[in-house]
Amino acid sequence: MTDVQATPMVEARDVHKVFGHGSDGLHVLRGVDLEVPRGSVTVVLGPSGSGKSTLLRCLNELEEITAGSVHVDGELLGYRRDAQGVLHRLHPTRIAAQRSRIGMVFQRFHLFGHMTALENVIEAPVQVRGLSRRAARTRALELLDRVGLTDRVDHYPAQLSGGQQQRVAIARALAMDPELMLFDEPTSALDPELVGEVLTVMKALAASGMTMVVVTHEIGFAREVADHVVFMDDGVIVEQGPPADVLDQPSEPRLQEFLAHVL
Amino acid sequence: MTAETPQPGASQPGSPLPEPLRARPVRRPGRWVSGAIVLVLAAMVVNALVTNPNFRWDTVWLYLRDVNVVRGVGWTLVLTFGSMAIAVVLAVLLAVMRRSDNPVMRWVSWCYIWFFRGTPIYTQLVFWGLISVLYPRLSLGIPFGPELLVFDTRTVITAFWAALVGLALNEAAYLAEIVRAGLGSVDAGQAEAARALGMKESRILRRVVLPQAMRVIVPPTGNETISMLKTTSLVVAVPFTLEITYATSAIGSRTFEPIPLLIVAALWYLLITSVLMVGQHHLEQHYGRGFDDGARPGRGGGPGRRRRNRRPSRQAAIRAAGTTRDDPFAEVTP
Repeated sequence: MTDVQATPMVEARDVHKVFGHGSDGLHVLRGVDLEVPRGSVTVVLGPSGSGKSTLLRCLNELEEITAGSVHVDGELLGYRRDAQGVLHRLHPTRIAAQRSRIGMVFQRFHLFGHMTALENVIEAPVQVRGLSRRAARTRALELLDRVGLTDRVDHYPAQLSGGQQQRVAIARALAMDPELMLFDEPTSALDPELVGEVLTVMKALAASGMTMVVVTHEIGFAREVADHVVFMDDGVIVEQGPPADVLDQPSEPRLQEFLAHVL
Repeated sequence: MTAETPQPGASQPGSPLPEPLRARPVRRPGRWVSGAIVLVLAAMVVNALVTNPNFRWDTVWLYLRDVNVVRGVGWTLVLTFGSMAIAVVLAVLLAVMRRSDNPVMRWVSWCYIWFFRGTPIYTQLVFWGLISVLYPRLSLGIPFGPELLVFDTRTVITAFWAALVGLALNEAAYLAEIVRAGLGSVDAGQAEAARALGMKESRILRRVVLPQAMRVIVPPTGNETISMLKTTSLVVAVPFTLEITYATSAIGSRTFEPIPLLIVAALWYLLITSVLMVGQHHLEQHYGRGFDDGARPGRGGGPGRRRRNRRPSRQAAIRAAGTTRDDPFAEVTP
């Protein structure tokens, strides 16, 4: 690495993902190249089954890639290359450490059901970072305030609306001070009237300079917040560029068709 | 952020509730008739029990507080809780081994459950009683190599320990299946979210998956504990002769009054079972937090009302957030 600023936050090269084995295997990603500059927001669009969620899950190793490479912050994910150029799989503890620097927000929230909102946010900083409960609590209350849930800290997930749960999930991810945040269709499981409160939080986060990769169907969010829009279909990136170009002057017929359906 | 300002009109506590409908209820004479018949039958059963002189209730009352009987109750409790405690630890281990990536672990766990569930507990207890005959010497040392410490089996494994271990090893096989079902009942997304936060697998199990699995594990484990209470009467196979069933039947054959002494044992079992049921209720409340009670934040909450309160509280939460008037596209469209 020569210049830290010049290294992109995410650098995926020729990423392939095959589910299953042999000829029956399902080839979900067929050679994806993606660069996400620091502090930028990349929105990934695409029809169901296009591989966009799988790509996102490969960026924090929830899926192991079949071929290619993913670098986050200049560090190869999941593997180590020795002096002879031989690739070694990393120990699970190392992989867990890599993941702890990448925040992830899921479509179905996945808040820990047996913990209150506050306990959800405290859990990882205490258990993974070894922070004291008191310090973690102070920070968690700050974050819950930031997502507008000061009065809901002692509620269990089942007592919160979907939008509130997703905002707690965002606070939980932020509690680990990630350098990269991944959002996997964060508003798709929400009632339409609850989508706004989550997008508002995400907009504020983008404005604060967080590097974000967002898989979503919210074209409006992409248009306003994204620096870069990527359209995927059938396991490859079909078209990408600034939102104005991709969304308003799509050149690919598949993208034109997709936008006609979504808008 | 607009999300935290409550909107006027989002919830209106002051709006008057309408007058509920007043209507005559449906007449149900069948309920009164069937209730009366069942009450009469129940009274007959109680009467037949209390007034029959063959039960010798005076003897029952006398021996209910006998020192040997109470001591027998003590041993029964020690065997029940001791064996369940060992079994729970072993069962979690077996269940985790069953889910392991290591095929040796999976196989060993499967074989253990297959063997201990597949043979009668009575036979197992007889074998544990005979262990000092089968293996007179126990030794610590290098496997297939020299021995470092040698024990006389009879002094190490007494009848009590043989009974305790015998019960525990058998029970662990059943509990392992219960724990496995419990672990499987936790949504895979929970572990995935924990993984994404950088938690290690062992910690995910301990902090995220097991606590939520307990909700599913506790009720059948309570059932197993109550069952174990009665199974301890089989330790006579070892033979261990201090627990309640053997203690009462020994008195019964000495005094030629077996029936009242059987009743004494049965009453004690009933009493302990009742206490265990109370304990189980409280355990279920504890591990059900965040799932059963939607009415109150924080721990616990009144039993009985929890199911009914859940939906209204969720609805109240959605309204109280005051965010439901936001138009998602109004914020993001230029």
